[in-house]
Amino acid sequence: MLGRLNFEALVHDPITMGGIVAGILAILAVVALMTYFKRWNWLWKEWLTSLDPKKIGIMYIVVATLMLLRGLADAVMMRVQQATSVGDAHGIVSSDTFQQVFSAHGTIMIFFVAMGFMFGIINLILPLQIGSRDVAFPFLNSVSFWLFIAGALLINVSLVVGEFAAAGWLAYPPLSELKYSPGVGVDYWIWSLQIAGLGSLLSGINFFVTILKMRAPGMSLMKMPIFAWSVLCAMFLVAFAFPILTATLGMLSLDRLMGMHFFTAEGGGNPMMYINLIWAWGHPEVYILILPAFGIFSEVVATFSGKRLFGYKSMVLALISITFLSFVVWLHHFFTMGAGADVNAFFGIMTMVIAIPTGVKVFNWLFTMYRGRVRFTTPMMWFLGFVMTFTIGGMTGVLMSLPAIDFQVHNSLFLVAHFHNMIIGGVLFGYFAGIAYWFPKVTGFRLNERLGKYAFWCWVSGFLLAFMPLYALGMMGATRRLDHYEASMGWQWLFIVAAVGVAVICVGVAFQILQIVVSTLPSQRRSRLDLTGDPWNGRTLEWSTASPAPVYNFAVIPTVTDRDAFWASKQAIVDTKLKAVTQKYSDITLPRNTAMGIYIAGFAGVAGFALIWHIWWLAVVGVLGVITCIILRASDEDTEYTIPAAEVSRIETEFFAVRSQL
Amino acid sequence: MSKKFTLLLASILVLIAIIGTVLYVGHSHIAILSPAGTIAAQQRKLLVGATLLMLLIVIPVFVLTFFIAWKYRATNTDAHYQPEWDHNTKLETLWWGFPCLIIGVLAVVAWNSSHSLDPSRPIASDRSPITIQVIALQWKWLFIYPEQQIASVNYVQFPTNTPVDFEITADAPMNSFWIPRLGGQIYAMSGMTTHLHLMANQAGRFQGTSANLSGSGFAGMQFIAEASTDSAFKDWIATSRSKPAQLTMAAYTSLAQPGAAPQAVQYGAYQHNLYDTVVMKYMSAPHEDSSFQSVTQSVTNDTLDHMSHE
Repeated sequence: MLGRLNFEALVHDPITMGGIVAGILAILAVVALMTYFKRWNWLWKEWLTSLDPKKIGIMYIVVATLMLLRGLADAVMMRVQQATSVGDAHGIVSSDTFQQVFSAHGTIMIFFVAMGFMFGIINLILPLQIGSRDVAFPFLNSVSFWLFIAGALLINVSLVVGEFAAAGWLAYPPLSELKYSPGVGVDYWIWSLQIAGLGSLLSGINFFVTILKMRAPGMSLMKMPIFAWSVLCAMFLVAFAFPILTATLGMLSLDRLMGMHFFTAEGGGNPMMYINLIWAWGHPEVYILILPAFGIFSEVVATFSGKRLFGYKSMVLALISITFLSFVVWLHHFFTMGAGADVNAFFGIMTMVIAIPTGVKVFNWLFTMYRGRVRFTTPMMWFLGFVMTFTIGGMTGVLMSLPAIDFQVHNSLFLVAHFHNMIIGGVLFGYFAGIAYWFPKVTGFRLNERLGKYAFWCWVSGFLLAFMPLYALGMMGATRRLDHYEASMGWQWLFIVAAVGVAVICVGVAFQILQIVVSTLPSQRRSRLDLTGDPWNGRTLEWSTASPAPVYNFAVIPTVTDRDAFWASKQAIVDTKLKAVTQKYSDITLPRNTAMGIYIAGFAGVAGFALIWHIWWLAVVGVLGVITCIILRASDEDTEYTIPAAEVSRIETEFFAVRSQL
Repeated sequence: MSKKFTLLLASILVLIAIIGTVLYVGHSHIAILSPAGTIAAQQRKLLVGATLLMLLIVIPVFVLTFFIAWKYRATNTDAHYQPEWDHNTKLETLWWGFPCLIIGVLAVVAWNSSHSLDPSRPIASDRSPITIQVIALQWKWLFIYPEQQIASVNYVQFPTNTPVDFEITADAPMNSFWIPRLGGQIYAMSGMTTHLHLMANQAGRFQGTSANLSGSGFAGMQFIAEASTDSAFKDWIATSRSKPAQLTMAAYTSLAQPGAAPQAVQYGAYQHNLYDTVVMKYMSAPHEDSSFQSVTQSVTNDTLDHMSHE
């Protein structure tokens, strides 16, 4: 009846138990507060069932933030373990738990933090930036978001019921095969990613179509803001890379569920094929994350330098080259598998070539500041921090692209330091910059700058402290994923420095949370309200509408004549107040809220859970549930509602009235 | 604002100072920067050369970033402000071209070094190479000397200035065989052999490790690689051959069970064709676990022809 599920699945070591109890208490507290303030109905109607990308975007970011805390807790455990588990001492967790912790850390940070922030920001800003009222497929967008949630839930359920994978964040076979990992851990990994990955694929297609089909009139591709270009390239990668992930996970699950031999070491299986396939997805994935961050930095630098982005065409060309090159470098993740000198050299050189367009982007950013008026706001600080850390990471990346050098540093902490250089210094700093930059557009008020800068300094210094020692450790021969080492290695002091670094990063995260809380306090908020919709003297369309943007984004779809559309219109029209009076409004049709996305993802999550625990009847229920919901939704004709012109007029008049008083 | 810059610049200087100090003080501890073998020495040379070449771009980027950001700060109203200036063909050609040049040079280096330092390429030497077979187990390393007819766990010894051809496989999840002071690593995979050619040019005991996660005992997969004089090596072989322990198929099967290694074991003799048997057991048809049984059976019936040498 319950497959492999039994009471033992709930028994854990003390540290995990502590985490579970804390998590459950937090959930209970939220439930109690929601009930006390009678907010359930509001939550359901205004948020969970909403198809408004601006709301979906906020929900993505909230969930990504929670997952960031989870991933950070994992990071802290890893650092504490490695700083203390020396010689006779064996640290705070067992080797098996430690391996689950780093597997969860990697999986969560990539799939549920980085991807979550990315899709969150894209949802919030992309439609506004291209002058659109919505995404191409609003319902699909909700389904994608809820599939992401289902995946995130599954990975957290593994903490309570059963165990998580202990085979690393990419679960290389044969370690991840039944022979070496008979438990449910790898299955949690597979189904969590399979479900979330499906959501990502649907999102990718959705935004790709949105950009191609829903730009405002006049916005040709070469007049599109560079953030939109970066998203277009990233979504192209999603559409082509994620099917590989789906297929690879599918084959691994067939091995595990049905005893097949795609990737086993015996029976004609080939683990090397898995490693090729997973990186054929995995390398583009890195660029899926970093390209939108590049786009964000491009917007931030131009805005806060009060100047056009330098070398727009170069930037677009660089983005496109990176997009294509990212598909021909995957093998550099395993030069050490022994493919031979010709193959290794080819992939090594391709990898180096990516450094060229990336370098071009950096120079273009620098020359955007050149002859500008640079304002050192928090987003700009993230940019400067990014240039510093990313350049170091780029340098170590090129070093590792030389196969002969890679043999000496691969799988060592040098590699770990390198990719954190890229993912923290590049991706995460980019999204932090984006959140600080667009926060007023989303909420209607700016964030506290002082706390934001405290957070920035903690992150940058904590990052250097935490990861520079890892470069040294890697060169000393310390491999990644060690739960224990001998005192004679002489590594411990560097691990302690790295642990201090993570503590400093934690302070940074605390400042970020404090920043949002403090900025939201009514007394604080009043002093930083954004009534104009344009707090930074912005350049692109999202700043032309109110903050927060009305549900329909634009009362009248703007016509674009310039790359920096809003900047140009500000130069042209001195008195924007007139606009309100002269504008004629018409009815606006938008998609109705629906809970169908929640149901579909809910059934998918149930099916995933059932497949993990071999509860076959429940898996059938889950799959049938998904199919039924899709049919129900497809046959629903009444999916839109109309905002009358009079109501649009009222909202807009109010906004312009406030603005004209400033 | 200039205070902020002092801070940023200071933190970079501190960073460089930290890295410099670590490199200087810990030089002898930093394995790949203090090579004891010919491959590792060439890899270090490559590492240092490529780093210097790349600093040609990295340093200007650092300097430019802080110089430009500082000079064009909003409060400096004396600075030239040209909000519409967004394109300059010469400049853009420069920063497409210059990185192309550097990468062009690096590409040649990459191609040549990939071939000259290919792990499967035998090392040129007037001394004939010694072959050592390596089997990654859960969670220990088994070394087999087919020419000397001995075997050893978590300890490998070879003479200096003699090329060593490691033939590597795994009877375990994928591992990576790595002796940092002698040279780069290569994966150890079931059902196949990878080659790693190394040569120590100084005597010493070097730390060896598995660089790839292979299960719960993975952190313990450390071994010692000792490079010694010819005579010391001969002595060690002689001592090993006199050891009573024999690595029969049964002994191997029990050694291959998941767990940490027994205290430095040496075997005076081992099952004939053990290495090939381990590789081949993954190549037979999938009939549950019986495949291994049948192969091992046939080998067990084979004569243990090297078992009573002395």
